Amino acid sequence: MTAEPLPGAAAGMPQRRRRGGGGRSGERLMVPPATFASYYGRPIVKAAPWELDIPAYLFLGGLAAGSSLLAAGADLTNRPELRRVARLGALAGGAAGTAALIHDLGKPMRFLNMMRTVKPTSPMSMGTWVLAAYGPLASLAAAAEVAAMLPRPVPIAGRLLALGARPAGLLAAALAPALASYTGVLLADTATPAWHAAWRELPLIFAGSAAASAGGLAMLGTGVAQAAPARRLAVGGAVLALTMEARMGRSMGLSAETLRTGKAKRLMDASRALTIGGALGTILFGSRIRGAARVSGAALLAGSVCTRFAIFEAGQQSALDPRYTVVPQRQRLEERAAAVADRP
Amino acid sequence: MRSRWSSSSDPAADTGWTDAPARKGFFTDSSICIGCKACEVACKEWNGIPEDGLQMLGMSYDNTGGLGASTWRHVAFIEQPRRATGAPGLTPLPMFAATSGQNSPAAAAETGIRWLMSSDVCKHCTQAACLDVCPTGSLTRTEFGTVVVQDDICNGCGYCIPACPFGVIDRRQGPPGARNVGIAQKCTLCYDRLSDGLTPACAQACPTQSIQFGDLDELRVRAQRRVEDLHAVGVADARLYGADPNDGIGGAGAFFLLLDEPEVYGLPPDPVVTTSDLPAMWRTAAIAGATLLAGAAAAFVRARP
Repeated sequence: MTAEPLPGAAAGMPQRRRRGGGGRSGERLMVPPATFASYYGRPIVKAAPWELDIPAYLFLGGLAAGSSLLAAGADLTNRPELRRVARLGALAGGAAGTAALIHDLGKPMRFLNMMRTVKPTSPMSMGTWVLAAYGPLASLAAAAEVAAMLPRPVPIAGRLLALGARPAGLLAAALAPALASYTGVLLADTATPAWHAAWRELPLIFAGSAAASAGGLAMLGTGVAQAAPARRLAVGGAVLALTMEARMGRSMGLSAETLRTGKAKRLMDASRALTIGGALGTILFGSRIRGAARVSGAALLAGSVCTRFAIFEAGQQSALDPRYTVVPQRQRLEERAAAVADRP
Repeated sequence: MRSRWSSSSDPAADTGWTDAPARKGFFTDSSICIGCKACEVACKEWNGIPEDGLQMLGMSYDNTGGLGASTWRHVAFIEQPRRATGAPGLTPLPMFAATSGQNSPAAAAETGIRWLMSSDVCKHCTQAACLDVCPTGSLTRTEFGTVVVQDDICNGCGYCIPACPFGVIDRRQGPPGARNVGIAQKCTLCYDRLSDGLTPACAQACPTQSIQFGDLDELRVRAQRRVEDLHAVGVADARLYGADPNDGIGGAGAFFLLLDEPEVYGLPPDPVVTTSDLPAMWRTAAIAGATLLAGAAAAFVRARP
């Protein structure tokens, strides 16, 4: 279903503009109405008050989650170089992501109020608990790598870290799928038109994007010999993200427009180019040429950043224009009325 | 479609209140609103809400703009060009004909416009998205069935803001030094006054009883009668908004009588609580997580020498 290019929200007086289609005659509306009424073109829903901390967290949390999965696999298959890079990536992503989350609060000192309750109806509550469990585990696994890199072995703590690193890393990996995919629900569980309309795809896109970014980071930091699983994860993640993005563009209806205009479009185009380029580079040269593997890895990382920022931006734009709230709801009402009228 | 996390029309009992009083609410009858903004002023005064911008917005007599962290009542002003008599949405209000008021047919014929005015407020939804998504438990359901922010608990995460299908709640930006800057704020239905058996400030101040406060069940009956009366005297456009317990939010605790379509007043025509899709969203996330886990495992299994 394509939406016609429509004039923006009314700037002047709110007028009752005639809607397209034959709502009153009981005909089913097949295209979105061309006009709609609004109150001086003002937004109906409010955009999230979130700064760029939040899309940055979406990326960093995904990077951490994917890295923990890679680190666990590398640990179990005896690939120490890949394990080290992935564990350090998980720590960096998790720590920076958590900092971004706290920084975005209106009262950062009250961060711990998140721990007052466990609420399955709140994706943010569930995500906070996943992150709170994941953070220490990923940090412990990474601390063991840091201890091992020190010029002189740390006497007791070093031994303890080495012992604890594997179970901690495996537990972090067990939480990683939740960490990578809940953020899709976090955005979708809002009245922000473009986010809610994409609820069927967002968790899959974010999981794919997490895999692509973690694979990309590992390709940047690991020699080609040990990076084979990272390359496979990266390519698989890129394919998943790209496929689901294409499906999202078709399934979300009118608000898909926000992904095809302005800053969100530029970010989405960049995301697609970088992800496709990075994946192709990985397939063609990733196993042979170290430099090409690094460039491909960097492209995949950048592609993941652009994906998150594009989807964030599209949602914010969809909240600012009342059209994306009114038109689909109006259409829903007319379809419901038509269904009632059709009933014998 | 209607798989709600809670579905009863008695939200206080659902939340665990025992011996709760009858659910309280507002019926805002826009057909008798005169746009005096006494509700806006009374609300600001009683609740000690800071100033949040003094701009000329170029929107008829509305320089308030909309609901927000420091605006808990907002009077919308709409000047509609008058078309042919009897055109849908533009019927003058005949009950003022005798007194030759602003909306009388005679006045409308002279000025060429009809005025719509309506005082907007938090809807205190039966299924409240803000409350569902709040990660701290700051947003809570009171014994009166209303939805209230606990100021000392909110950490300003801002999640309730995009969750609200009406765009009501917001995070207070300032001015610096004002109370509760950085946290979410909205109408409390004057929780403090209710607790002392008083009427909320806006309803108390309303000179035309456009804002009526009371037991929700009773208000719904009264509103239905009012719509029927208006239809009987020829105001075909009169309709209730938010009064249906089977709508997408389980019915509003604060509902309205409107004279045009909701979006004309800046209200969503078919609001749905976003968490009604949440179980399906969690299932999608589980599939996504499982896919990621399987993919990561496959990457190593296939790569094993």
